Amino acid sequence: MENFTPISSVLGGLLIGFSSIAMLLLSGRIAGISSILENGLFAWKDVQNRIWSLWFIVGLFLGGELLRVFMPESFGGAHLHKMWMVVLGGLLVGFGSRLGSGCTSGHGVCGLGRLSSRSLVSVLVFMSSAGLTVWVVRSFFP
Amino acid sequence: MIKNLIIVLLGVLFALGLGISQMTNPSKVIGFLDVTGNWDPSLAFVMAGAMTVYLIGYKFIFPKLTKPLLDFRFHLPNLIHIDKKLILGSVIFGIGWGLSGFCPGPGLVALASSNLEAIYFVLSMILGVAIYHWFSEEYSDMMDG
Repeated sequence: MENFTPISSVLGGLLIGFSSIAMLLLSGRIAGISSILENGLFAWKDVQNRIWSLWFIVGLFLGGELLRVFMPESFGGAHLHKMWMVVLGGLLVGFGSRLGSGCTSGHGVCGLGRLSSRSLVSVLVFMSSAGLTVWVVRSFFP
Repeated sequence: MIKNLIIVLLGVLFALGLGISQMTNPSKVIGFLDVTGNWDPSLAFVMAGAMTVYLIGYKFIFPKLTKPLLDFRFHLPNLIHIDKKLILGSVIFGIGWGLSGFCPGPGLVALASSNLEAIYFVLSMILGVAIYHWFSEEYSDMMDG
């Protein structure tokens, strides 16, 4: 528990929540990053309805730049994971989050915040499979 | 134009929230998911904080609006059934999250660090989304036929 950081965690969470609810109240959209990514990648198919996703992604990149300059420690150290795990993980995150209609933001923040039972089920399922995966990795691929 | 600018700004805030809470640090995320090991419960506070703000806005401000302030209607998901796609997709997403320590938002934000793992993660995540997109289009075409 020596790495426990409840204050910065809550603070960051409040910012994420504020951004997400502002997205709903201002532009009427769900701030779910996996669907924003899919919409952004295929924005050319329905520009009118999807272009906002690209603007949000631009914002994520700009925010990332601010972090790099002012809070580089927020990215942690590099090269802690085996590359095959990162690559396979990326594939599964991309495919799974779209198949399940959401990820940590879409289901975890916006879905739970709208008291959606689909999102509650999704969060319980992906938390469990993620926890189990970490246990398997630690036990068998140390 | 003002609407696009606001959306960029919300993206910046979102990214800062992820950074301040260290969701952008895969080791921190793995520490949270490692319940049976040296568990770090911090990230539960991220989700709880974010969800609480969202819930308050959704319960107290959202019902007063007939349409969003900068759009002509709300675009909310209309799915209600807990189906196989939801469960299977969530299982797969969780495995990927546990393997890499990244979920989609933090992965995109961490590109700024130029860490190799963030770059590889995002490229393969994009491939995963594209595979789903093509697969689901084919699938829905078959359903229509």
